[in-house]
Amino acid sequence: MYQYDALDRQLVNERVAQFRDQVARWKAGALSDDEFRPLRLQNGLYIQRHAPMFRIAVPYGMLNSAQMRTLASVATQYDRGYGHFTTRHNLQLNWPKIEDVPDILAELAKVDMHAIQTSGNCLRNITTDQFAGVAADEIIDPRPLAEILRQWTTFHPEFAFLPRKFKIAISGTRDDRAVTWFHDIGLHLKEQDGQVGFTVIVGGGLGRTPIRGQVVREFLPWQHILTYCEAILRVYNRYGRRDNAYKARIKILVQALGVDAFAEQVEAEWAHSKDGPATITQAEFDRVAAHFGAPAYQSLSPLDAAFAEKIQHEKSFRNWVDRNTHAHKAPGYVAVTLSLKKHGVPPGDITSGQMLAVADLADRYSFGELRISHEQNIILADVRQADLHDLWQQAKAAGLATPNTGLLTGIICCPGGDFCDLANAKSIPIANAIQARFDDLDYLFDIGEIDLNISGCMNACGHHHVGHIGVLGVDKNDAEFYQVTLGGRQGNDAKLGKVIGPSFAAGEMPDVVDKIIKVYLENRHADERFLDTFDRIGIDPFKNRVYEGRAHGKAKAAEKEAA
Amino acid sequence: MAQLIKNHSPASDSWSVLQLAEGETPETVALPAGDVIFPLAVWLARKAEIVSCHKRIGLLLQPDEPVEAVAGDLEYFIVIAVNFPKFVDGRGYSTAALLRQRYRYEGELRAVGDVLHDQLFYLKRVGFDSYALKEGKDPAVALQSAFATFGDSYQASTDQPQPLFRRRA
Ligand code: SF4
Repeated sequence: MYQYDALDRQLVNERVAQFRDQVARWKAGALSDDEFRPLRLQNGLYIQRHAPMFRIAVPYGMLNSAQMRTLASVATQYDRGYGHFTTRHNLQLNWPKIEDVPDILAELAKVDMHAIQTSGNCLRNITTDQFAGVAADEIIDPRPLAEILRQWTTFHPEFAFLPRKFKIAISGTRDDRAVTWFHDIGLHLKEQDGQVGFTVIVGGGLGRTPIRGQVVREFLPWQHILTYCEAILRVYNRYGRRDNAYKARIKILVQALGVDAFAEQVEAEWAHSKDGPATITQAEFDRVAAHFGAPAYQSLSPLDAAFAEKIQHEKSFRNWVDRNTHAHKAPGYVAVTLSLKKHGVPPGDITSGQMLAVADLADRYSFGELRISHEQNIILADVRQADLHDLWQQAKAAGLATPNTGLLTGIICCPGGDFCDLANAKSIPIANAIQARFDDLDYLFDIGEIDLNISGCMNACGHHHVGHIGVLGVDKNDAEFYQVTLGGRQGNDAKLGKVIGPSFAAGEMPDVVDKIIKVYLENRHADERFLDTFDRIGIDPFKNRVYEGRAHGKAKAAEKEAA
Repeated sequence: MAQLIKNHSPASDSWSVLQLAEGETPETVALPAGDVIFPLAVWLARKAEIVSCHKRIGLLLQPDEPVEAVAGDLEYFIVIAVNFPKFVDGRGYSTAALLRQRYRYEGELRAVGDVLHDQLFYLKRVGFDSYALKEGKDPAVALQSAFATFGDSYQASTDQPQPLFRRRA
């Protein structure tokens, strides 16, 4: 992975000093709360319901074992011994003291980590596919360009005070795993006529107004990505709405202008900077790409005999391999998901002890490197098949081997009302209640692939819109309710789910999910996944079952009247 | 009074901004003598008149006023003030970048309005060279550290047109 040089390190250290000074001036009253707010947000520091919340960046999801150990020690020393991985390659601490944050940043800086622009109305952390560089279906490794983009976004002087936050995702695979259709800018790496470049998608986003992005340029040679992004950002910075925070994302501007008119403005802007100094040089690409070379793979046979033997005889090992390992470019290697979705634990949460265990596993089995996925799991990207059984046992001992990746209980879930000020409703207890209901592994495997995503409010940090089953916390007369959507999906055919009907009380949610699953099981053809059945039979059978015997709409109003 | 910082030191300010009182319009407002910073609308309405009676001319741009409107006039201005009604309104950064980089404006470029310490580094980068620091903000703090927060920068901008990757050893 990318290694900082003296300059990269200097900038991060200068950032720590800057923030230390800002905190001191704020405490001394020289900076007002309003003046301090964007400064602390651009260092990942929120002031929340119970305590501040602090968000650390894991740029494009990559970190090494030393960094993971630092996260563990920071979580122990300055927090309550755990952290939460979000859907955007960040680690959140829920209980730090504001006064400690400069010290935490200093600790992080020692291992080339930071919290730069993890919040606020600025260019945020770049996200990508957790299997970048190793995926069997990869066309081009996105990481060198992700790093080049990271550097470009870092302290960009013109775009530090945008109308709203700005998120970029980049993907280099046939199957998009980076939700690129729902980012402010989504980039698809591809090859055209022997040239590497991007399809540039703009104006996607989840949140309050979920919109699928639109293509502004079918093909942009990679050298131009910085100048082109600058053109997009400049148009947005100048013309994006600033009168209403809910209408300030670039998606609203793109919708208002129409994608063609927007693209015209971008192209006109770009004409001035195209081929200018910010055009990426081959030398720079090579310098950065050299950090992402393949590790020293052994030449192995595609199938390890002992491994094949164990798979045959140990069902629980087989289950884990089935769900939590993934095809790899190099023969005899796989990528492994260490699940942070153990039943009964807040999805994405990890204790300091687990962080240390994970760091050890990375050192032992995966060249000392780790990834964070947007599904809030940890990935060991380069594991020998022959090591899987040992790895599995150690992961199990650390509570990191729940074989539910891609299954119903591998839920994506935001922190919700337990921690987040913006929440309408709690999300973690809903996830845990559903996990408790579906605690039978055979049943889970029988149900098969299904994404269940939960957000505590329409900000959609839990990506509920693109869950096959999406759950959204809503506020109904001060009570917590949940709206359910079906049929959403990520990937190349990314689509928003459809609302099934009126929302449900928290206690009803396991039953509701149960009924949805039953409809699927009763209707599925052989080999149909949930989504296939849903696409074939539509939403009505689900709707009918879920609301069977329930008064709603007019009938419910009448009932209330009568009561 | 806002304290002006220019060439990295406190400076006195000879300029005043023409404010339109209630009922006055750009077309009818009296043009005062002296070093005056004219709002864009007044400049556009009264250009010939202003040029005939003022040797030193200043222009004020609001965040939503496009620099393109004065792209052909820049030689007239000794100072262009870009207003930041709120420091979180970042449009003025693009205004400055365009003035310097695209239209090659070389006169004084002044940040006015809600100008605080912690934005000075970015303001300098995009091409501002004078700053009317918000009233109550200590110029000493600004001068001590704010312009040197970072020793280098990744991106190309006005103060360093070559991105770091073209300069990296
Ligand atoms: S979706 Fe809402 S409740 Fe959940 S973390 Fe995001 S802002 Fe908070």
